[in-house]
Amino acid sequence: MTGGWYEPGTSPLHRAPAGAKLLALLALAATVLTLHSPLLLGGVCAVIALGYASARVTPRRCLRLAVTLTLLVAFVFTIQGLLLGPAAALTICLRLVAAFSAAELFTVTTRVDAVVSAVENAMRPLRRFGVRPDRVGLTVGLTLQAIAALSSIAAEVRQAAIARNAGFSVKALVVPFLIRTLRHSDELGQALTVRGVDDRP
Amino acid sequence: MIEFEGVGHRYGDRVVLSGVDLRVPERRVAFVGSNGSGKSTLARTVNGLIRPTAGRVLVDGLDPARDGRAVRRRVGFVFANPDSQIVMPTAGEDVAFSLRRSGMSKRERTERSIEVLAEHGLGGYADHPAHLLSDGQKQLLALCSMLVLEPAVLVCDEPTTLLDLRNKRRFVELLHTLDQQVVMVTHDLDLLTGFDRVIVLDAGRVVADDAPGPALRRYRELAG
Repeated sequence: MTGGWYEPGTSPLHRAPAGAKLLALLALAATVLTLHSPLLLGGVCAVIALGYASARVTPRRCLRLAVTLTLLVAFVFTIQGLLLGPAAALTICLRLVAAFSAAELFTVTTRVDAVVSAVENAMRPLRRFGVRPDRVGLTVGLTLQAIAALSSIAAEVRQAAIARNAGFSVKALVVPFLIRTLRHSDELGQALTVRGVDDRP
Repeated sequence: MIEFEGVGHRYGDRVVLSGVDLRVPERRVAFVGSNGSGKSTLARTVNGLIRPTAGRVLVDGLDPARDGRAVRRRVGFVFANPDSQIVMPTAGEDVAFSLRRSGMSKRERTERSIEVLAEHGLGGYADHPAHLLSDGQKQLLALCSMLVLEPAVLVCDEPTTLLDLRNKRRFVELLHTLDQQVVMVTHDLDLLTGFDRVIVLDAGRVVADDAPGPALRRYRELAG
């Protein structure tokens, strides 16, 4: 995930059921791990690119993904190239690009609410073993929301450190980040209680 | 009607509330006091977020320490920081989240959420990522997520702390239009025009309980 969210749309990918898309995403991730040929992996990437076109993902969103992927690929390719040689590095990088961009496409075209419901439905048969599907679904939703919350805390903490000329101090970044994260979790817990999450039906 | 009967609270040796006895039937009530006066703690006893270590609270005859769930269905709560109240990624999903046990179908929940957002100045924002809303809009969203449950009482703990003047005024004007009984915790005296009753707390005790004018004079004296 590159920190983006759902963008409303009416394309077939937007309308496809979330559970099916999630399964397809997992299957795709597993498949690219088993593929070695750069040609085949390149083909997978091309198919995903078609998916972006059919879902009419905004150019701004695509650009942001491209920047993230370029940085990631440059880093991984350098290290893997030195360790394993350019051919193996290319394979690994193509896998990364395929998995990442497919995950992002899933995020762009799928409401979290729909993912949560799909997970809840999938968990329903496990109810007899004591699994509470609504809790599992809520956990998925909150995990996604936590990414946004934590990254904004991290950005603020970093700015505060820079303002005090402590931009390179690990302590000035880690300590306030942890404290604010714990505080956030406290507040979130209260907010959930207020909305009846703790109360059994 | 909210009743406090000899309510006290302490964290270890530190006493944050003591001997609070109040009957609150008024529709617009404020708890005012300086930082650390106990006003937020008192507000949190109303829906059982904090269980007082002494005395008891009753909301329409129900004790939140015992019937937390029933009381919380009656009492909505808005916190100072909207970021930690929003639990779902988009505005519409967050409001719909409140309704997940309402027995409505998914579609009804979505439609109802869109309606509630539109009624409170967030029309067209249902699909908007919640974390990209302005602070003023986030606080409106937090309010919508509570109001969709149609509580009888709304407790707001310094709801305008992070808002600019214009958003603050809008938020307070909105509060005044609500049918709910509103209990507002604040140290912002501008907000209290039109309130029926202002309760001033200091060091965990009620030191004034009056109409806004006289109560705020007392609060200003305390601040020195």
